Amino acid sequence: MHQLQPSFENAPERAKPLGRAIVVTSGKGGVGKTTTTANLGTALAQRGASVALVDADVGLRNLDIVLGLESRVKYHVLDVLEERATLDDALVADKHSEKLFLLAAAQSREKEEVDTEKMRALILALRERFEYVLIDCPAGIELGFRNAVAGAEEAIVVCTPEVSAVRDVDRVVGLLGNRFRPQLVINRLRPLLVKKGKMLSVDDVNAILRLPLLGVIADEPEIIVTTNKGEPLALRKDAPTGAAYHAIAARVAGEDVPAPMPVTKETFFDKLGALFGGKKA
Amino acid sequence: MIEWVKRLFGQPGSSVTAKERLRLVLMTDHLELAPDIIESMKRDLVDVISRYVEVDRERIEVNFEQQDRALAMLANIPILSVNRPSNGTKVPAEAAPVEAAPVAAAPNVASPGAQGATENIVVRRRRRKRKNQAIAPGTNPAPAH
Repeated sequence: MHQLQPSFENAPERAKPLGRAIVVTSGKGGVGKTTTTANLGTALAQRGASVALVDADVGLRNLDIVLGLESRVKYHVLDVLEERATLDDALVADKHSEKLFLLAAAQSREKEEVDTEKMRALILALRERFEYVLIDCPAGIELGFRNAVAGAEEAIVVCTPEVSAVRDVDRVVGLLGNRFRPQLVINRLRPLLVKKGKMLSVDDVNAILRLPLLGVIADEPEIIVTTNKGEPLALRKDAPTGAAYHAIAARVAGEDVPAPMPVTKETFFDKLGALFGGKKA
Repeated sequence: MIEWVKRLFGQPGSSVTAKERLRLVLMTDHLELAPDIIESMKRDLVDVISRYVEVDRERIEVNFEQQDRALAMLANIPILSVNRPSNGTKVPAEAAPVEAAPVAAAPNVASPGAQGATENIVVRRRRRKRKNQAIAPGTNPAPAH
């Protein structure tokens, strides 16, 4: 456990307050937890905060890919927990944001091998060094989820406008209880489909979940492109979705800015459809 | 021509279906009650009310809705007559015959526009039980806030 104690070579002055540990979770897989973690972490770091991203998805490591850091990972969470590496060895510096660091998940291990108490101690050690510790939670509500939330104090839940995703978030919020004060990010919204009455709207989703809304991210092709390249969209503040992540980061930091909402970009045919009484439902 | 274009663009919105499915699935998730238990609860409720007034069993609606993260049961029970049809006088509850009348097979399909001279009893019942216990706060070293 020695490396989990606050005794790092370049440990900052001890009097600093602990950083905020926020778990990014959803219950359902594939809703964009990892993308949200990477982009929110990047946006917070671009704002000047020190940020550690922890990939708690042991066995299915992905956060390094989204950040484009896969070739730099030498040690992972379990190496630190099992004392084969120090935290300094294992923290990977980000390519783009100098105050952003990644602690990767173990790829060839299983979630059951993680000791919950050690995980809690690890997150505490990170909170002593970073202003934000974002924990990318695995899908599901089993041990992997419990380990990911163990050291966290707050939660961000990611939900897509789908029946199954909303149901799972509802369940996860129930499991979390009030202690984590969960806040909501609605991901992959397609404003045009909402307008046509073919997708649940932000209000539909939050009429059920009733959570403080951090922001809404549109389902944009550029997210796929940036993930392909390993360059989070939050690096591009000029892109609408990049700006949306920055607005979410500002809200997480406590700034009073409005929750970002995607805008509808109507094509000629959409307008034509509306003209002829396209169903709004 | 216009009809054809309308048909081309105007399919009905499936978000309404999604909303309704979500509402129903969360209702049962939260209640932890199987649909057949809800059915029999509905039947018992009506049986009790039938001891005092004559109700229209065919047009009963029982719904659950979310109110501030709490679940409320809303029952809409049309009353046909304030008197019991049997003898027209008040009957002691124990003595009232309780018919085991069949309840409409599918729940939540009763037509909303109830016609006829009926009063509606609205039973509101707050019932909220989180399906799972919240994760115990545990021995977090720094219980801030």
